[in-house]
This record gives sequence, structure tokens and C-alpha cells, in this order.
Amino acid sequence: MKKLINSSETLVTEELQGIAAAHPDLVKVHFDPNFIVRADAPVNGKVALVSGGGSGHEPMHGGFVGKGMLDAACPGAVFTSPTPDQVLEATKTVNGGAGVLHIIKNYTGDVMNFEMAADLARGQGIQVAAVVTNDDVAVKDSLYTAGRRGVGVTVLLEKIAGAAAERGDSLSQVTAIANKVNENGRSMGMALTSCTVPHAGRPTFEIGDDEMEIGIGIHGEPGRERMKMKSAHEIVEMMATAIVDDLPYSSGEEVLAFVNGMGGTPLIELYVVYNELNTFLTARGITIARNLIGSYITSLEMAGCSITLLKLDDELKQLWDAPVKTPGLRWGA
Amino acid sequence: MTISRDAVLDWLEAFAAAINENAAYLTQLDSDIGDGDHGANMNRGMQAVLTILPGVADKDIGSIFKTVGMKLVSTVGGASGPLYGTFFMQMGNATADKMELTLDDWIAAMQAGYDGVVMRGKAQIGDKTMVDALSPALTALKTQRDAGAFISDALRAAADATKQGMEATIPLIARKGRASYLGERSVGHQDPGATSSWYLMRTAAETWGKAR
Repeated sequence: MKKLINSSETLVTEELQGIAAAHPDLVKVHFDPNFIVRADAPVNGKVALVSGGGSGHEPMHGGFVGKGMLDAACPGAVFTSPTPDQVLEATKTVNGGAGVLHIIKNYTGDVMNFEMAADLARGQGIQVAAVVTNDDVAVKDSLYTAGRRGVGVTVLLEKIAGAAAERGDSLSQVTAIANKVNENGRSMGMALTSCTVPHAGRPTFEIGDDEMEIGIGIHGEPGRERMKMKSAHEIVEMMATAIVDDLPYSSGEEVLAFVNGMGGTPLIELYVVYNELNTFLTARGITIARNLIGSYITSLEMAGCSITLLKLDDELKQLWDAPVKTPGLRWGA
Repeated sequence: MTISRDAVLDWLEAFAAAINENAAYLTQLDSDIGDGDHGANMNRGMQAVLTILPGVADKDIGSIFKTVGMKLVSTVGGASGPLYGTFFMQMGNATADKMELTLDDWIAAMQAGYDGVVMRGKAQIGDKTMVDALSPALTALKTQRDAGAFISDALRAAADATKQGMEATIPLIARKGRASYLGERSVGHQDPGATSSWYLMRTAAETWGKAR
């Protein structure tokens, strides 16, 4: 294992210290329990958004704390959900009296830890609502799995719900918009290489030079199918078909297309993917009205990408375009 | 004929040692069908528990279990934190104010802990989770009690049943947790949570083996 770290035990703490040192104008970092809040928290009268998850997905979630997006992010250990005490303290710290929305990716541990925290926060008189993202079409949504995983749509939801909260929407309104984003978003990921969790010290899975993993999650957990490498054209067609057919996305509709790098794939390849995606959607009469291209929800150094589509209407476009000022996403502000 | 408070503390230390010894193995099992963090997470949690045990060593068994549960919830993370945390917190509720445990007390504690895990994780028998290891343990304890067995024999039977339950997860398709995303590819792998549950029951049998 080769990594730019001092030790796996201090990795998350040192990362948080780095964030605190780099962005004092945007965020404040609390230690023990660990969480990041926007510098001006709590914002009185504004619905607060609290997200969180395992570390190793940077810039998600800590990089999305700031005006127009998250009020707080709770980082767990690498690929491990945060604990209820972190989420509870973050919730109390950012509560501006208008209620708090918990944004949870549908992973068993995340859901359980946030549920325990919400129970505790409600016991202390804080109004808490929750949205659970589950946009991954690679997973069969049935009684026999933990349900679809929350992946790329989480980034888009944090931006859009954050804008709704910033403009003064109530907790129920922000929650409704968050649910609307989740319901209209679908994703699929793929991996060219595995990744190494620092405390594990070796790659999470073995994969041949001529192989790829389709339907990968964001924790290096293997996907549903291993297959021989194909061209970007074929890979995008396979992923985009699965996504478009799932919701479905139809001719005449506008979408936000999010091409995300898994951490180890360069932008040059992501633009090739975007170009293929644009061609694919254009042929189906679907217009890309907005886009986001880059590594925003990652799996450490894994090579690969995910594609997320979000069906847009005027309200979602307006909220997407609204100013945002965070370490990881910034425009109009 | 009872399990003393000191024996309870010894068990918690033995469980922490077993987790520490097998952390890499648990992580390997979790890498096969999960996300490769079960050993490290449980080890972090139980090492944290060891640091607070001296502070509660003079309390009743219920308080000790509740403190352990809360520490696990705040240090482990993942699904294991809420599950093992709830297990110990519910055991604590069932053993409030007790300074020693009879076999009946231990069965009541196990039942409360087990019910808590099922409530929190919503897993059923056969879903390839720790429930598949703990459920046979509970059944074995009750069978032994009804047959009038010594605590030590009942605990050994429970440990054996847990081991069988753990091994029986190998051919199962995971239906809960991250392993469920693999569908049929989860077949052929032993569930890591069931494995750490076996250490729990094995160390209980070993530590309390002389309790007659």
C-alpha cells in the first residue's frame, strides 16, 4: 500500500485539520465528536441540512458545507458511517430554530446511525426530518436486499435542497424538494480498479487488467457483474441505457447530467464519457440542460466513473443555478 | 451457580482480546462480501470499551452493559455500532441493579439483546447476519435450562450452536446490509457479523466455564 498519509489511525483527524486550516472563511471543524459546520452556523430561521457518511468520498460531504448547500457534515472513519453522537451534536449546533433535515445515503449503517441520532435530537425538542437517497439502478430494489444504494444523486440533492433552505423554504418544503430530487434521479457506477482502505492495507477486491466491475458502489464493494473491458462508447451505452430505461427518461425531457470520477480517473477520460453520454441522450431526444463533470463522490483512489441523470423542471434548474459557496462546489457567490 | 460481576468484566475483556486477535480475519471476511471494515471497527470499539471498564467496575451489571453499549454506539460506526451497541444496552436494561447473573438472568439478558438487534437491524433468520448466529445460541440456552443443565454446560452448548449458526451463513444469500448488493455472489462466504457474534458467545463459555 502506497498512500500519502502519516498513519491510518490519524488520517481522518489530520484531513479535518487540513480542511479547517484551508477554509476558515467557509467552515468550522469540531473535533471529538467530529463534524464540520458552515462558518456562520447556526443561521437563525433557516432550515439546516445535516449530511454525513464514511470518509474516503471527498469532497463529499465535508466539501459541500457552506452557504447554499450543507450546514453540517459528519465524517465517519473511512467507508464507515458516522456515529449518532456526531450527528446529534452537529444537529444541535446548526439548528436555527426552523428544523433540521438529515440527508442519508441508503446504506444500512448510515440509516441506523442517523435514525438513532434523530431519536435523540427529537427527544431534545429539535424538529428533524430525513431524506434517504437510493438512486443506484445497479441494485435490485426488492424485499431481499437492503434496497438501492444512495450514490451520485446525493451530491445534486445537497446542492438543490441547500438552495431551497437558503431561500427560506420551510422544513416540509425543503424535505419535499429533496424527495423530488431523489425520485427524479438515477445513477450507475463502474470501476476499472479497486481501492485500498488504509486500515485494511490491501485492495478491497482483485480485478484483472482486462476486466471491469459494473454496478460498483461507492465503498469499493463489488458490483453485480464482472466483465471484460470495453470501449468508453460501449461502457457509456450500457450504463446510460440502464439509467434511462429505469425511471424512465423520455424524449423531450431535460436533464442534469452528472459524470463523476471515482477518485483515480482523470478529467480527460470523464470528458470522453460526457461526450458519449451527450451523443447517447441526444439520439434519444433528451436534452442535457445542466451538467456537472468531475470527481465529487469518490471511492478513495478507485479508477472508474458513475453517471447520474436528474430530470429537471424550472424550479430544480433555478435551485441548481442559485449561488453556492463551499470548498468543493462554488458558483454565483 | 451464578455469573459474578467480576466474571462479566472478565468476559468483556476476553471478547475485546478475541476481536483484537481476529481483527484482520474479520476484515478479510468483510472485504469478501462487504466493505472491509468490520474487524477494524469492532476493534476500535472494544479497545475504547476497555478504557472505560475500570470506571464502571464497581457498578451493577446492568450499568456496565449500558455503558459498554453506549461506548460501542459512539465509537464503532457502520451497522455494527448500532447493532452491538443496542445489544449491550438492551442487555443492560434486562440486568439493571444485578450484581450477579443466574442462567435465567443471562437468558433474559440475551433475549433482550437479541430482540434489540432484530428491532434495529430488521433482519430475519436466514438473511446472513449476526441474527443467524445469536438465534441458535438463545435457543440452545433455553433448551439447556429446561433440561436443568449447569450454567457452564449451557454456555458451551450456546457457543457450539453459535458456531454452527455462523458456519450455516456460508451458503446463504445475503438479504441485509452491504453484502445484499452482491445477491448470489454473497454465497460461499461466511458472514463477518455472525463471526464476531461467535467470539462473543465463545468467550462467554470460556470465561464462565467454571461457573457451576
